[in-house]
Amino acid sequence: MSSSQNLKQRLEAVNEYERTPIPKNKLKGWKSFIGTYAGEHTAGTEFVIGPLFVAHGATAGDLVSGLIVGNILAILSWAFFTGKVAVKTRTTLYYQLEKIAGNRFTLFYNVVNAALFCFLAGSMIAVSATAVGIPFNLPMPSLTDIYPNSVGWIITVFCIGTVTTFVAMFGFNVISKFANIAAPWMIMIFIAAAVGVLPRLGINSFSDFWPVAETTIWNGVPLEGQSKFTFWHIMFFAWFCNMGMHIGMADMSLLRYAKKWTYGFSSATGVFLGHFIAWMASGILYSLFLLESKGSLVFAPGPIAYEAAGIAGAVCVVIAGWTTANPTLYRAGLAIQSINPKWKTWKVTLFVGLVTTIAACFPALVMQLLEFVALYGLILMPLGAVIFLDVFVLPKMGLASNYAELTKSHFNPAVGITWAVSLVFCLGLNIYGGIEIFFLGLPGWFVAVIVYLLASKAIQKKTTNVSPTIPLNY
Amino acid sequence: MKSILKVISIAALALTLIPSFLVLKGSITPELSKTLMLIGTIVWFGTASFWMNKSEEEEVES
Repeated sequence: MSSSQNLKQRLEAVNEYERTPIPKNKLKGWKSFIGTYAGEHTAGTEFVIGPLFVAHGATAGDLVSGLIVGNILAILSWAFFTGKVAVKTRTTLYYQLEKIAGNRFTLFYNVVNAALFCFLAGSMIAVSATAVGIPFNLPMPSLTDIYPNSVGWIITVFCIGTVTTFVAMFGFNVISKFANIAAPWMIMIFIAAAVGVLPRLGINSFSDFWPVAETTIWNGVPLEGQSKFTFWHIMFFAWFCNMGMHIGMADMSLLRYAKKWTYGFSSATGVFLGHFIAWMASGILYSLFLLESKGSLVFAPGPIAYEAAGIAGAVCVVIAGWTTANPTLYRAGLAIQSINPKWKTWKVTLFVGLVTTIAACFPALVMQLLEFVALYGLILMPLGAVIFLDVFVLPKMGLASNYAELTKSHFNPAVGITWAVSLVFCLGLNIYGGIEIFFLGLPGWFVAVIVYLLASKAIQKKTTNVSPTIPLNY
Repeated sequence: MKSILKVISIAALALTLIPSFLVLKGSITPELSKTLMLIGTIVWFGTASFWMNKSEEEEVES
């Protein structure tokens, strides 16, 4: 048998249970989730987000307290929202939403969702490219760049995109294995890079750290043109930066493999290593860069990490970007694949990888990452509220779960109304109330809850309150 | 064999982290620290892949 035939057979044998609950013998142990979360959230984005807190003039006290509170709220959201729903249904977000909202709504939602995932994965491929380009003296992008600045940049991005797509084509197992291996090493590099440059900031012992942190690293003064970040900005950002994954339920795709809903707490490894230590570490590196470059506009995580930790630092940026881009591509593949279940997962991932790689050529994707991350969570949030209510609350109110499946409908208007009203409400708060995008998720979620309950009550006819889905007992 | 590999892997992680604290203390130069971090990186990826995912597969099978 030729190697190409063998490869095709292996790819076609990848079964990710897109439209069936995960069978009991395929459930994974907690180690798999700890590795996946640690790898996914100690990632390329951390090389961008940490510096942005410096740029937005966060104080050291606000940063530490805001991150602790926000991260705890995020972990609770992963366990009590995503974990509970994922273990009860053991389906992907996409299939569950199809049963609730109907296939026409899901088709539209999946296209939006896949596009968002592609942009996120694309920004991570771009971050990796800043490190891969170092030996080739690649001109690095700056904060104001929108379009690719050289042919070399495009070639570099395409090389990384090809490798990332190829790995993602083999499904969750390959991604999980790679993340498991890379995660402990990555966090060591983050810490080591930051600790190693402390003497250049005037820190020569642990007792020097806090005074320098308050006066030099996070001195509370935003860079020119940047808004001022308070405790509340940091807390809400830490909570909602992955809103699409926990409250928005995208991580049902991962946690449906969990033996217990409490595995949602394994997200603690991701948020406290990635969204605490790594953000602080990358903030330290960027602060030093600003000091030594006298406020350069160049924004390239690769060279900054290389300068601090040598080749290991540059390799860390590549792998950090890769371990984020891979599961994100995988999720995007699932989103598109659910449009037509007959499409092979690997072919869909190949297509998604191409779109992602083209998007990654534009540096604007990295420079606007904070706003993009907040927007991405906000757009997915109302559907997460819908799924949570449909699984746990509607049956208690005497209303039917999985209404579209029950009525064999292609579109459940209650879901469409909920999504539209929630997002219009958030947009109104932003435009007319002047509320920043980072704070919109919380009021938006409550609006989604109220609208979905009222709309379901109004729309559901007197149907037999029995879901056609057989409840799982594991 | 697996235990030996685990010990080597953990030593590699330590080799990635500890030199930076020695730089902070002023005991070694940043350049030496970077070299040691690279060696730690190579050894980690060269050894960890032989035991980390095998543990997971055993857990799933059990």
